[in-house]
Amino acid sequence: MRHVLSVLVENEPGVLSRVAGLFSGRGFNIDTLNVGPTLEKGVSLMTISTHGDEQIIEQIIKQLRKLITVIKVVDLSDTKAGEREMVLIKVHASENSRAEILRIVDIFRCKVVDVSTDELTLEVTGDQGKINAIVNMLQRFGIKEFARTGTVAMKRSMQF
Amino acid sequence: MELTGAQILLESLKQEGVKHIFGFPGGAVIDIYDELPKSSIQHFLVRHEQGAVHAADGYARSTGKVGGCLVTSGPGATNTVTGIATAYMDSIPVVIFTGQVPTALIGNDAFQEVDIVGITRPCTKHNYLIKDVRELAHSIKEAFYIASTGRPGPVLVDLPKDVMQARTEFEYPKTISLRSYNPNYTPNRKQVKKAANLLAKAERPLIYSGGGVISSEAGEILTRLARRFSLPVTSTMMGLGAFPGNDPLWLGMLGMHGTYAANMAVNNADVLLSVGARFDDRVTGKVNTFAPRAKIIHIDIDPTSIRKNVNVHIPIVSDCLNALKTLDEEMGEINAVQWEEKHSQWVKTVKGWCQEQPLRYETGQSGKVKPQYVMEKIYELTKGEAIITTEVGQNQMWAAQFYKYHKPRTWISSGGLGTMGYGFPAAIGAQVANPGKLVIDVAGDGSIQMNIQEMATAVCYNLPVKIIILNNSYLGMVRQWQELFYNKNYCAPCLDTAPDFVKLAEAYGAEGYLVEKTEDVVPVLNKVFASPRTCIVDIRVEPEENVYPMVPAGASLTEMLLV
Ligand SMILES: Cc1ncc(C[n+]2csc(CCOP(=O)(O)OP(=O)(O)O)c2C)c(N)n1
Ligand SMILES: [Mg+2]
Repeated sequence: MRHVLSVLVENEPGVLSRVAGLFSGRGFNIDTLNVGPTLEKGVSLMTISTHGDEQIIEQIIKQLRKLITVIKVVDLSDTKAGEREMVLIKVHASENSRAEILRIVDIFRCKVVDVSTDELTLEVTGDQGKINAIVNMLQRFGIKEFARTGTVAMKRSMQF
Repeated sequence: MELTGAQILLESLKQEGVKHIFGFPGGAVIDIYDELPKSSIQHFLVRHEQGAVHAADGYARSTGKVGGCLVTSGPGATNTVTGIATAYMDSIPVVIFTGQVPTALIGNDAFQEVDIVGITRPCTKHNYLIKDVRELAHSIKEAFYIASTGRPGPVLVDLPKDVMQARTEFEYPKTISLRSYNPNYTPNRKQVKKAANLLAKAERPLIYSGGGVISSEAGEILTRLARRFSLPVTSTMMGLGAFPGNDPLWLGMLGMHGTYAANMAVNNADVLLSVGARFDDRVTGKVNTFAPRAKIIHIDIDPTSIRKNVNVHIPIVSDCLNALKTLDEEMGEINAVQWEEKHSQWVKTVKGWCQEQPLRYETGQSGKVKPQYVMEKIYELTKGEAIITTEVGQNQMWAAQFYKYHKPRTWISSGGLGTMGYGFPAAIGAQVANPGKLVIDVAGDGSIQMNIQEMATAVCYNLPVKIIILNNSYLGMVRQWQELFYNKNYCAPCLDTAPDFVKLAEAYGAEGYLVEKTEDVVPVLNKVFASPRTCIVDIRVEPEENVYPMVPAGASLTEMLLV
């Protein structure tokens, strides 16, 4: 099962390496990993999406909590969470295909961030499903470059 | 008053109550060595940095205090890695100080630079690179706190040379609190109540205890609980000594080289009380056939140990001492049960297994000394009062099986990592911490050569450690596997070009003895145990003796090969 973990860490040299080393050393999977500062000085937030059976996920969470520099670990799969990822896609756009690509851009509510005579660069934001869907749609035009941020997630205010 | 980093380090060690450290100097730590003579801390110069960490580790295991060591950067630091990993696997509190190149040179491939913090990240509980002298005292406080609390473990502190020279105002923090590290010492009462009820209903209860009982000083309460409620006890190798080895409820160690009775008891128990043990593969054998009839209660201070290898019915995250105390109370609440009577049938059954298949060996025709006999005699002569350290291999297993450990911290052996070369430097550390005690390293002829250089350390500081080599001219445990599972393809285990250990002892200024006949074992042991000097006894034992019982790797505990 896929799980998204929100991991609050002390922002000190080596903290990324401690977390990454834990995953590689124990044979856990990292599907995406994203790190950035928080509003509190000296504290960073990592969002890790991973997969494994329940026992593995339990171990991952416990092992993360055991790291001295990890302040808090929340399994966002336990709660209703909002999940987003951003992707930049540079797609081949010939005279004939351009209109159709723009229609897709419209449908998926993404943005064009760069244009040239034969390329369009799109910014897509959404959950995994949406991103996979648009990638599927665009593949036939020829995707030239592809960069994704990895998942970030947040617990919804209203739990039901 | 302003102090230099080096002064702050030594002052902080003093504040932590450190009296002895094991170390080896070099350019990056010369500022510290420059201050050392002015400090109250006694430094023991080892002959290899691996020895320094093992000695600090033996010091810690034999006392419960944090062991300390100090080495230089680069090769000094890398030489500590095996020692650190050994302490990490067995959860031993050690703080390792390594020198580092000046901060301005870090990352430049400077002379004797190595990223020791990076190298040891996976085998320390935590580690630090100190970049500013103002962080030093605080980080040292944290290092000792982290090493010695929760599930203990080694912590490394990397000290750049310029930080040791820089000055700052010194004040040692009195307390420490870390928002990201708060080990839980007290058990959840509800869980303990559940455990007590489960145990009370059990018909075939069994205690399976481990190293956590030793490190949390819970041996006494474990013993009380077992006797009060008539619960048979087995333990891992790491747990030896927590429960008296001469008690009628003691079944011996379980696992790969465990006793028949212990492994049978695990197989038949209906409730297994696991305390401070982690279901290691050498203990469980084939994991899905481990304790097949039992509901499992698992007490451990480290939540990651719980449900890592086996599913448990009642997890209790707590210090073993507090959990067992609470369990004892809760069991006491349960109405007047005649525990001894209630469990008499089961106790009779397990004692039956003990009698049916006791630990034993063939007293051979060859006339060669039996290694098991040597261990029995060491036990008899010391009355179980010695501190026994071991190397790794058959010698270690015989030492675990044929000597009865009565008290915690008298059995000191590398369990998780199985480090050959551990026993002798660990014995040095234990002897430094316990000057009046008899400290014996039970060694193999292979292992002892891995840190033999520490003879110079032992002799130099008049440490009367006794090395008893069970010399089979083989890497015996390797040979045993080759004999049993690899068609006797004896590739590499032969050690027929061993040194003359008697001469070697003498060359270092110690005493050396050769024993080739069974009748000489006792007189020579008597002599060396009475000697005030470092001694090596080279006992030529039956070369192809095997350790039994043996559960082949990956087999179920009941599939034991017996003598
Ligand atoms: C540093 C290290 N290298 C290799 C091994 C693998 N190993 C385990 S037991 C053993 C043989 C040890 O020989 P010896 O010290 O003579 O002990 P014996 O088994 O003969 O009693 C070896 C090579 C190990 N445990 N540690
Ligand atoms: Mg040998």
